[in-house]
Amino acid sequence: MQRVLNFLALFRRERRPGDLIFAAGFLVLALACLVAVPWQAQFLGKKSLVEEPGFWPSVGVGMMVVFGAIHFVCTWNAPRLPGRLQEVILWLRSVEFVLWFSVYVGAVPVIGYLPATLLFAVLLSIRAGYRSVRMLTSAAGLALATVLVFKAGLGVRLPAGAVYQYLPDGIRSFVMVNF
Amino acid sequence: METIFQAAELLFNWPVLVALLIGSVGGVVIGAIPGVGPAVAIAILLPATFALEPLVGLTLLLGIYGSSMYGGSLPAILINTPGTAVNALTTYDGYPMTRRGEALRALGLAYGASFFGAVLSILILILLSPVLATVAPMFGSREIFLAALLGIILVIIAHRGQMAAAGMLAGLGILLQSVGMEPVNYTMRYTFGLDWLTSGLDLIVVVLGLFALSQAFQLIVEPDGAPDAQPVAGSLFRAMREIWTYRRTAATGGGFGVLMGVIPGVGEFTAQFLSYTAARKRSRTPDMFGRGSPEGLVASESANNAVPAAAMIPLLALGIPGEALTAMMLSVFYVHNVVPGPGLFQNQLDFVYALYLALLLLNVIVILWVLVSSNLLIRIIRIPTRFLGVAILVLSFVGVYSLRNSAVDCMIAAGFGVFGLILKRLNLPTVPIILGMVLGGIMEVKLRASMGRLDSVVDFVNRPIAALLVFVIVVITVQSIRTAIRDLRDRHDSSNSPNQ
Repeated sequence: MQRVLNFLALFRRERRPGDLIFAAGFLVLALACLVAVPWQAQFLGKKSLVEEPGFWPSVGVGMMVVFGAIHFVCTWNAPRLPGRLQEVILWLRSVEFVLWFSVYVGAVPVIGYLPATLLFAVLLSIRAGYRSVRMLTSAAGLALATVLVFKAGLGVRLPAGAVYQYLPDGIRSFVMVNF
Repeated sequence: METIFQAAELLFNWPVLVALLIGSVGGVVIGAIPGVGPAVAIAILLPATFALEPLVGLTLLLGIYGSSMYGGSLPAILINTPGTAVNALTTYDGYPMTRRGEALRALGLAYGASFFGAVLSILILILLSPVLATVAPMFGSREIFLAALLGIILVIIAHRGQMAAAGMLAGLGILLQSVGMEPVNYTMRYTFGLDWLTSGLDLIVVVLGLFALSQAFQLIVEPDGAPDAQPVAGSLFRAMREIWTYRRTAATGGGFGVLMGVIPGVGEFTAQFLSYTAARKRSRTPDMFGRGSPEGLVASESANNAVPAAAMIPLLALGIPGEALTAMMLSVFYVHNVVPGPGLFQNQLDFVYALYLALLLLNVIVILWVLVSSNLLIRIIRIPTRFLGVAILVLSFVGVYSLRNSAVDCMIAAGFGVFGLILKRLNLPTVPIILGMVLGGIMEVKLRASMGRLDSVVDFVNRPIAALLVFVIVVITVQSIRTAIRDLRDRHDSSNSPNQ
């Protein structure tokens, strides 16, 4: 038993809170990908293995499993640091901002790039804790500058908002092209 | 000589010069803001450059790539916070110098060393070009495959202490590049029956998620901070001239930068540490290193600024990116039908020289800009970090959505953003994923192409460069396994020693 413990001690590494959860999660993902190889990466029985469609995904999955297992063992062996739960909560908190981003993405084709960006920047600034007029004006300025530089200046392709259809004839096409 | 004139003709036109100016000035500003960095900026700007002429788009990105480290040294020296990750070593000696009232001297030395290292690297690049033009065509499919394989091995080895993590993430990158319809037999790979995975995962979407969105999420979820720095008074130009006193250290640093930049997968960190270690060994005052040594500052800054030009060598000559930023630039080349590799030197040498001249010019622009703007940049450092997160999130949208006007791309990028945040929080590397994606794709294509022409695996090494590459791969792999085992033994012995 002592020999086993000595051997495991060789793989001890510096650890951070939440490391073990990530290492275990990654290994599970790698093993799931390995199990999926037969129906997600085909081998057609060609003359050389490297020409098989399934060869390179299998190389990637193989590396994930082998290195992922070593990483897991190293992490499992490392002295544990407190704060795992707080760390995972912090990861999950980022999902809130993924939702903000999703709403923004969904809003652009409907209300248009400029209005959506203005709203997103100002509301997200408020959510981030900025309430002063100066910061909210900066957020609105940032949104306006972004739209002007990318859409009007560089001509980046973004869809015109559906609501732009209801604008008066004189300015509709101008707004659709630049904002 | 005629080629250089043709290159100058390509370079000296308004759109290219304006792009170079914006990239150089913008790169310094981006580098000076802790929490943004060139990877985030380049990821966001990539799709916008697709609409530009190849040289215009590339000089814009080159400007950011080559100048951000100048800006990054400013907060590293003044507030002990590196503007970009590669300026971390600058804080060791730069900040202690500031604390003892030598901020101006430290800034002057950092800028001088950066300029010295960058120009030295570009001159070596220009001098090497005829050799590259001769050697590059000797690289066929198998040699390029082996060079890419060497890149993957090196990116794993370069992450010492995290090799297992680097290996598993490189494997993830290789898997990600293979998702979607396979181009030869038209079979589906790892799509799980989902239509939106049929066309695969776009590298830029993954890059934007891992670099830009993850940074935005991290800045927003963490407590707010607005670093403060005091203005600097005096002549920066005079302070910069002191670099001549440390020219040997700067030249050695530049040399390490060139060497490490050329080798795929290694990059700035290794160059800096080698340069720093060499400077300390040679110094008459090694005890000062880490406590405000001008030599230490010069060693790290000259080395990291020499890398960008050198990293262009494998990219241009072989089409193999050495790190994440050159991997991003590779996609700009492809979009414009400019295929980096042996053919580029034979068919578009003027284009290659134009890029070199652009690199040279950008360093001149940057040095003029930092001379006049340091106190202005100090104000930019003070932007609150959560606000920066909001800004990056707003800008990231343009980057992802403008690619294909696809909301699915945005969601994929957001997913990789969360994944990137977790990696950052755990101090795990993101670069192996990107290099796995790029080099994995190159390896698959080149291995298939070369195996079609060979009768057996042994034929793989019947050409001198292929044999040399295989030899290098074997030596490096064996050596790194030996080093790892020795490290493990040392750690084991020290943990079992009676003093513990």
